[in-house]
Amino acid sequence: MKKSVLLSTALLACVASAGFAQKINGAGATFPAPIYSKWFIEYSNSHQGVQINYQAIGSGGGIRQVTAQTVDFGASDGPMTDQQLAESKVKLMHIPTVLGAVVPIYNLPGVGSDLKFSPDVLADIFEGKIGNWSDARIAKDNPGVKLPNQDIIVVHRSDGSGTTYIFTDYLSKVSPSWKSSVGVGTSPQWPKGIGASGNPGVAGNVRTMPGAIGYVELIYALQNKIAFGQVRNAAGKWVKASIDGVTEAAASVKTMPADFRVSITNAPGANAYPISSFTWLLIPIKAQDASKGKVIKDFLYWMLDHGEGEVTSLDYAPLPKSVSDKVRVAIGKLQ
Amino acid sequence: MTVPPADKPSEARTWLTSRGNSSLSDRAFRWLMLLCALSIFGIVALIATSLVQGSKLTLGLFGWKFFLSSGWDPINGNFGALPFIYGTLVTSAVSLVIAVPLAVGVAIFITEMCPKMLRGPLAFLTELLAAIPSVVYGLWGVFVLVPLLRQYVNPALMKTLGWTGLFQGPNLGIGMFAAGVILAIMILPIISSLTREVMIAVPYTQREAVLALGATRWEMIRMGVLRNARIGIVGSVILGLGRALGETMAVTMVIGNSAASISKSLLAPGYSMASVIANEFSEATSDTHTSALIEIGLALFIITILVNALARLLVWAVTRGAPPRVA
Repeated sequence: MKKSVLLSTALLACVASAGFAQKINGAGATFPAPIYSKWFIEYSNSHQGVQINYQAIGSGGGIRQVTAQTVDFGASDGPMTDQQLAESKVKLMHIPTVLGAVVPIYNLPGVGSDLKFSPDVLADIFEGKIGNWSDARIAKDNPGVKLPNQDIIVVHRSDGSGTTYIFTDYLSKVSPSWKSSVGVGTSPQWPKGIGASGNPGVAGNVRTMPGAIGYVELIYALQNKIAFGQVRNAAGKWVKASIDGVTEAAASVKTMPADFRVSITNAPGANAYPISSFTWLLIPIKAQDASKGKVIKDFLYWMLDHGEGEVTSLDYAPLPKSVSDKVRVAIGKLQ
Repeated sequence: MTVPPADKPSEARTWLTSRGNSSLSDRAFRWLMLLCALSIFGIVALIATSLVQGSKLTLGLFGWKFFLSSGWDPINGNFGALPFIYGTLVTSAVSLVIAVPLAVGVAIFITEMCPKMLRGPLAFLTELLAAIPSVVYGLWGVFVLVPLLRQYVNPALMKTLGWTGLFQGPNLGIGMFAAGVILAIMILPIISSLTREVMIAVPYTQREAVLALGATRWEMIRMGVLRNARIGIVGSVILGLGRALGETMAVTMVIGNSAASISKSLLAPGYSMASVIANEFSEATSDTHTSALIEIGLALFIITILVNALARLLVWAVTRGAPPRVA
């Protein structure tokens, strides 16, 4: 597999040096990196002489590089702020590509995998206001479950991460106290708990420490068969995260802004999973090099027509039709 | 010694006289070596200036308070490096407390008491420890050391030494103590192999002289070997400390990465300077955040220099014209 990829890149490089090769560089978010790599390889294979490189250096790096014009496009798990857009050397457009979600995982021996967390309880656990599993508020959401008298160990991400951004964005929406004392960000000031690196680090620590609670990406939990809890959504229904629930969250957003910079956490849909988010490509509206701009534009159309169809194979949630129609219009505006 | 006949100079002499005037090449060689030596100053100066350049923003914003305050809140743009400085110093100190006696003991055994048959393999094994990548230490720490500490070592420490306040609070396994233990294992081979080299270099006549005066074996090691080797031993400890201060990967995996509070208890999770840079740099989106992280790098740079200078001062103070008394 690896060999064939290597071979094809080598072949591509040959073609590239032989003629009119178009080499496009992008950098940014790590969360969508697997699907982006798949897309770029497939697109390169079906389009002679085009090579798209993507470096998963993190959303922060992606934003920095695309605004400084060292790459042709960027990618981010969190939308850029107004200030960042104002400071950018180029005018950028946010193009949503796929959706992700964050799920709470925990380790309580003797307690099943279907523990329910209402939004305020989840926020207070991570803020340290609820410190024991036997707390009455957790028990209220889980009638019939025998909760142990055990201290809660909070495990959070230590590396700056889009996953943390989505999670804190959600907690800020459902808990005024979280919003004022912690806020939204890729590396917030955690009031308590221990930090672990990456999804594997968080999952590993939760697994080895009885009484621990943490959060990981839905994809990571699904692919590693990690059980996760349910969360009550804005419509008042208990939902377990699923690809459909995430797509529905995106579809149920009432007003989609023209620049797609929207948070879809705590979405209103009846079955919407509340801790969901878009991830975006950051595309310069006017490309520095017109021929590169043309290729990027063509790729984006290809992504909507072909790419979106294969995202579920990697456990990503595809864009709902209402959104992808709007994205198609937006791509038309790229120059 | 046989002297060659006067009419036939030695081979080396014929070669030396045959290659002409050497003063030019000597001078060129000298300048070249000077350049090499000066490049060290150049590199250090370059690192220092780029660190200061990169952290100008937070240097201006927070000034000295940056090193002495303890909030780290990238969202609201408030930065203080104290928890990280504290974590780095504490874990390094713990590692030295564990590693130094152990390493010196290993070195003494290998040089003075070890059966010849065992000497080679033992020396080889200690040096092998130094070759293990730090991420492997980290993984081992997470999967083996931390559960071990949580189940057996920490409860025992809490019971016996809990009154000191150093071993208190929730026993997570992960924490500054775990990081210190990992670091101790990592710096052990550096200290022990260098100490061994230094001890081997102590002339045999010293040992024999002390023994001849009627010393026991331990007295011989203490007076004849350790005393003569102490500067070298301190030097090796400094090198080990250097590694402990800057170690990133293994520490990040077991220290707990929490800057929420500065805790006296070693069992509490902490954070180190190198860890926070590694963790947050790639996702630092605001300029102040990036600048604050670079300033942490600057702090680490300064602290490493300070610690090294202090250690050298210590050596100098201890050994300055040391009179020949019993160590």
